[in-house]
Amino acid sequence: MAEAHARPPARRRLLVSGLLLGLGTAGAVDEIVFHQLLHWHHFYDRASGAAGLVSDGLLHAGTFSAAVAGMALLADSRRRGRFVPVLWWGAVLTGVGAFQVWDGLVHHKLLRLHQVRYGVDLTGYDVGWIVPGVLLLAAGVALLLRARARPVPAT
Amino acid sequence: MTAAALGVLLAAGTGYVAATWRCRSPWPLARTAAWLLALAAAGVAVAGPAQAHHDLRAHMAGHLLLGMVAPLLLVLAAPVTLALRALPPAGARRLSRLLRTPPARRLADPLVAVPLNAAGLWLLYGTGLHTALAGRPALTALVWAHLLVGGYLATASVLAVDPAPHRRPVAVRAVALAGGAAAHDVLAKALYAYPPAGTVGAEAGARLMYDGGTVLTLVTAALLWRRWYVSRDAVRAAARPA
Repeated sequence: MAEAHARPPARRRLLVSGLLLGLGTAGAVDEIVFHQLLHWHHFYDRASGAAGLVSDGLLHAGTFSAAVAGMALLADSRRRGRFVPVLWWGAVLTGVGAFQVWDGLVHHKLLRLHQVRYGVDLTGYDVGWIVPGVLLLAAGVALLLRARARPVPAT
Repeated sequence: MTAAALGVLLAAGTGYVAATWRCRSPWPLARTAAWLLALAAAGVAVAGPAQAHHDLRAHMAGHLLLGMVAPLLLVLAAPVTLALRALPPAGARRLSRLLRTPPARRLADPLVAVPLNAAGLWLLYGTGLHTALAGRPALTALVWAHLLVGGYLATASVLAVDPAPHRRPVAVRAVALAGGAAAHDVLAKALYAYPPAGTVGAEAGARLMYDGGTVLTLVTAALLWRRWYVSRDAVRAAARPA
């Protein structure tokens, strides 16, 4: 049993894969839902200043790069026969939740780089963005804690 | 001016094809095709849109062809590998010694080549240099060469198709690629928000730069990780019982 637990590299690779894909998915959902479907956000919102431009560009490049890297690491974990669904899904949800909470608290409220929507009272929108983020993050962490008790399958 | 640039591209194409005949082992046709397509892309850019300094949209189409599409295809054509196989032994030894010199190694490092390429772009668009190019053929040629060579060095350092001494780990190369993409995205948004004086079509041009850059970076990232996945080291590590 101790031996089954003593394989940190395989676990770490799967964890990193899930986190990266979670961040990538959250970034993609953010762009598809808010930019393409709802049109609440635009390529450039006059309300956001230079810091908003920089954070947008960084986030866009960072999230799609993370998604590609996450898929490659997932393929490698599967090839090694080290796929643990509960660990991977926990990491994905943690990644999505972390993105949303970070975006909601740091970008929207702390730094005020951009907002969920413009020209309306934000309270409802902020709650609607941050609370699901916290729930996703909590669910992810709960799954990760459960995964700690399970051994990585032997090859 | 354009004729001279097209002449250089033609010479590069002829040289590559001649080298494939002299190559000591059969040379994959796909690589030759990549090289010729790259030169065609660069030729189209030089002959047409890259000359439009004031119409940012046409200019960006040329910029994408010359600075991203052509370099990616040039890298996939593995010109250094071909040169090493086609040159006579003494020449090949000299080339491989040259590649091991400190300056060459630094230029092959993604942590140097990618920031240099991004800095060149910011200089070009951030300082209004690119509108100053109109009517200055020598300066224009220099900028074209910089776009193509800078793009090639950055892509080559990330993808590492040709042999390179002391290659950086895949994660470092992926981060360098993402960093370059971020600089490209931020520049595109900045051009949209603050269009350079004396240009039209800035908004469409910036969108084209942003979307085109995203697509090409995604393709490059996919190639990078695919090459890692099938690399001898990764396959061996996966087969090894832990």
